[in-house]
Amino acid sequence: MTDTAPPIPPTPERAPSRLARAWQSDFLYSFRRAPVAVVSFCVVLTLVLCAVFAPLIAPHDPFDPATLNLMNGFTPPGEANAFTGDSFLLGTDDQGRDVFSTILYGMRISLFVGFSAVLLAMVLGVVLGLLAGYSGGWTETIIMRVADVQLTFPAILVAMLIFGIAKGITPPEYRDQMAIWVLILAIGLSDWVQFARVVRGATLVEKNKEYVQAARLVGRSPLSIMLRHILPNVLNPVLVIATISLALAIIAEATLSFLGVGAPPTKPSLGTLIRIGQEFMFSGEWWILVFPAATLLALALSINLLGDWLRDALNPKLR
Amino acid sequence: MSALISIKNLTRVFDVSKPWLNRVLERRDKAYLTAVSDVSFDVEDKTVYALVGESGSGKSTIGKIVVGLLPASDGNVEIDGVDLATETDPAKVAEVRAEVQMIFQDPYASLNPRWRVREIINEPVAARGGKTEGLAEKLLEQVGLSAQDAGKFPHEFSGGQRQRICIARALASNPRIIVCDEPTSALDVSVQSQVLNLMSDLQEEMGLTYLFISHDLTVVHHMADVIGVLYLGRLVEEAPRDRLFSDPKHPYTQMLFDAAPRMDGFGREVDPPKGEIPDPINPPSGCAFHPRCPLAVDRCKKERPEMRKIGDTRVACHLAE
Repeated sequence: MTDTAPPIPPTPERAPSRLARAWQSDFLYSFRRAPVAVVSFCVVLTLVLCAVFAPLIAPHDPFDPATLNLMNGFTPPGEANAFTGDSFLLGTDDQGRDVFSTILYGMRISLFVGFSAVLLAMVLGVVLGLLAGYSGGWTETIIMRVADVQLTFPAILVAMLIFGIAKGITPPEYRDQMAIWVLILAIGLSDWVQFARVVRGATLVEKNKEYVQAARLVGRSPLSIMLRHILPNVLNPVLVIATISLALAIIAEATLSFLGVGAPPTKPSLGTLIRIGQEFMFSGEWWILVFPAATLLALALSINLLGDWLRDALNPKLR
Repeated sequence: MSALISIKNLTRVFDVSKPWLNRVLERRDKAYLTAVSDVSFDVEDKTVYALVGESGSGKSTIGKIVVGLLPASDGNVEIDGVDLATETDPAKVAEVRAEVQMIFQDPYASLNPRWRVREIINEPVAARGGKTEGLAEKLLEQVGLSAQDAGKFPHEFSGGQRQRICIARALASNPRIIVCDEPTSALDVSVQSQVLNLMSDLQEEMGLTYLFISHDLTVVHHMADVIGVLYLGRLVEEAPRDRLFSDPKHPYTQMLFDAAPRMDGFGREVDPPKGEIPDPINPPSGCAFHPRCPLAVDRCKKERPEMRKIGDTRVACHLAE
């Protein structure tokens, strides 16, 4: 608007690099314009990196009983222990384990269970949803009625049921080792319905489009049409649900562990830590509960906010 | 000349019943919709056969049966002497299928938005494991786009350009027959003529046979050699283009022409079509057109008219002469 503005220099004729084009894309533009998304993304990234590199960051290894000193038990955060003089950033729990280290390792397990469970639910839900939507008829009826029935039970109840059955059939000596995998199975199986429903709905829309008919016309098999033509077009909503499901899966894992049917105390997840912590809540050792709980809150909240933003960003109607 | 596509007594019935539980609770019978009823015609090699009719007249259904997207309920379709529905030799089926391609109505839905143009055009060949190198580029130039467009996505093109891509895809497997299901009805009038001219040129150059489905009489006049008029799933009249336009025999065809807007007809009294197309689930007895027909007599209500040959016209009307 000012007269003194310098003339715009001629831009050199150069094709923008791949990175520059990605930076300019609608998707990242809307990301840059959403402070909530940027902050959430940073929080999630930090927490995930902390979890991945836990062995490098954590001052102690909470899984190695040899490094633990029971005398260090109940050291408040930031203070030196009265007997040993050791000091811990976030204090210690009853067994003298460094809370900061247990959180890092616990988050590792929580995230691993969360990601794996969502992956399982996603694969299962997408496959069954595609199958139901594309083939219709009895296949669809059976898959979707099973999904409906499962939806009438709370997911956590289904997960506990699966967990109980799995626990019943695994030999006792493997139980602790198997606990993580059983958790993944339980949460994954209790969560596929959402994916299946959304994918089925999207498939019903896509399969009547003419590009699918064009593919049928040239003799593509139903499997090839489902995977190569329809799947890429139904992935957007799947991505959104996967993000929100990740937060839910982490919370479900924490809930199961809190109820004592999840990760064992020897390999604690965030939920296990919260369960251990709540025993000491009213005796004054608040840090054993509060820090793991705050971490879980930050993790789940950021992932959820990120999922909300993703839903808006991928929805062309809201652009 | 011999008939490349031969359709005999083709009938297609759709089951439009409500779900079983609703039928039981509401005490309803199964409902069937006859989309195509006893249609027979031949399409000569290297000609354009146009099917015209109102929406719901079954023209798209016939197109889908011809290309094999829908099975026929009764009757048969022979392409080059091979009936795809009963032929048991899979090699022969694949061979004939490669000879039939389709151009769809909506160029926005007929291209997979996640695929690059190159993959889309190569698909008919790739599906058979054929060689696709340079194919898309060559075809794109043939339909008036540039070879560089092969790397783009469909959303980067306009409607007319997309339809050109669809034409390129249809040509990829070197077909002899292309079923065109209202290929220009989703396009602007200015773009329509370009696409139609392209299709005409390609037809002459490559010796293609078109089964051209449309509701637009001007488009049909421009493209077709022979025209079949459909009403409620029945073929009511079939004639060479000029014959049909100069001397329509069936009262329905006459009504269509009277209703169509004309360049020279400004200020002329337009005689709007009377009545509506009847419910195809419950079609009228006898001649399906009798409730709307100005000439209908008692016989029309009772007896379904057979196709009769009058000159080079075939017409299904008791009174036509």
